Amino acid sequence: MSVSRYWREAKSRYMLQGSKCGRCNRLFFPKRSVCPSCKSLSINNIDNFNLSGNGVIDAFTYVHEGLTGFEMQIPYVIAMIKLEEGISITAQVVDIDDNTKVYIGMPVRMVFRKIGEDGKSGMIYYGYKFSPDMANFG
Amino acid sequence: MVGIVSYGAYIPKYRIRPAEIGRVWGINGEAYGKSLNINSKSVPAPDEDTATISTEAAKAAMNRVNIKSSEIGAVYVGSESHPYAVKPTATIVAEALDITPYMTAADLEFACKAGTAAIQISMGLVKSKMYNYCMAIGSDTSQGSPGDPLEYSASAGGAAFIIGDEHVIADINYTCSYTTDTPDFWRREGQKYPRHGGRFTGEPAYFKHIIACSNMVFKHQNTKPEDYNYVVLHQPNGKFPYRAAKMLGFRDEQITVGLLTPYIGNTYSGAVMLGTSAVLDIAKPGDRIFVIGFGSGAGCDGFDITVTEEINSFHKEKAPSVKWLVERSVYIDYSIYAKFRNKIILGDG
Repeated sequence: MSVSRYWREAKSRYMLQGSKCGRCNRLFFPKRSVCPSCKSLSINNIDNFNLSGNGVIDAFTYVHEGLTGFEMQIPYVIAMIKLEEGISITAQVVDIDDNTKVYIGMPVRMVFRKIGEDGKSGMIYYGYKFSPDMANFG
Repeated sequence: MVGIVSYGAYIPKYRIRPAEIGRVWGINGEAYGKSLNINSKSVPAPDEDTATISTEAAKAAMNRVNIKSSEIGAVYVGSESHPYAVKPTATIVAEALDITPYMTAADLEFACKAGTAAIQISMGLVKSKMYNYCMAIGSDTSQGSPGDPLEYSASAGGAAFIIGDEHVIADINYTCSYTTDTPDFWRREGQKYPRHGGRFTGEPAYFKHIIACSNMVFKHQNTKPEDYNYVVLHQPNGKFPYRAAKMLGFRDEQITVGLLTPYIGNTYSGAVMLGTSAVLDIAKPGDRIFVIGFGSGAGCDGFDITVTEEINSFHKEKAPSVKWLVERSVYIDYSIYAKFRNKIILGDG
């Protein structure tokens, strides 16, 4: 990933910042600058919107052949997560061990983790993952 | 009065026991752990570092209060394991909490006491009315060379304090420092692991500075050990704080709540702030806390703290307690530990 792209998308990656159509209140993640429903009427009427980070697992899979940079985490869980605002996003689920039973409907909360790095001397990329532990700390 | 407005903690969930470390290096790790009073230490996951631990602790602190992120004027992160040699951890934390851009930020380093140094700097900025609130963080994923005695204690964790002078849950009545040039522990530029002076880290370093700084607090505040409900001393292992507390005249029950090293090891810059967070989790109005942070090199920061009535309406329940974070644990063996701590050399293919 280029440094400029990472920097441009930092707010979205760090704190789940999406956008909201000021005309129909529809939420978007990733951000959109034009609402597909309101089209030209939404231009200059879209604001940033910070998502709560609370959601439930809608679908999941265990990854056994990890992507480059994820070798140390195999097997890991990738899930589609339905946020309480109604938006679905795909993300890694962490804090999973042999005793954790992952299930559809499992509450999760966004956590801030390392996503990857550009070699030993390059940028470190941070962003959102989700944890069942942090949704149930009560 | 300037004091703690909110606090938050974070401890990674993985643990390794001294017996398991000793098994690999051919020594009786269980006995070694007992001699240090360390039953287990926390281990960061492969995707956790000082920036992620700091951010989670800071988020916990923000979740407990109704303060807008734009009201935080400064973020300071004290650590000796910043992910970058050049590029601040503090800007990453501030960006992740939406505190940027109208604020100041910096990374601090003073071995294990960079977090308490961040508290003192924050107190000065609030007291001088430069900012209403400042965030002081102490956090580490500390390094111990494989097979070195440090490997049995060096762990990971952190805590974040919001310092301000409104809605203060704990007044900081007084702070002071005692500092000398004492080479008890160091890590040279570019080196992966620190070195230390073995037994030299005890008497001329830890004990001399802790005792001197404690006496400064007692003298200035005209207090005695029995005036405090809790004492939190820096905790490189589970043995030194008990000995220092006894030398100062504290009773064992005053130190137990804030002593986490037996369960999670030495979290370095996070240690004394996590211990103070554990005390704040159960403290009542009027409770008085005696806190001394120690950093090799060497120096101590002392604090005399009194819990206020505001703690009764403080939303502790909106973030994990230290007890919950300590008890959330998954034990791993040395091979998984080596993988998580990047001690295994992978090929290029």
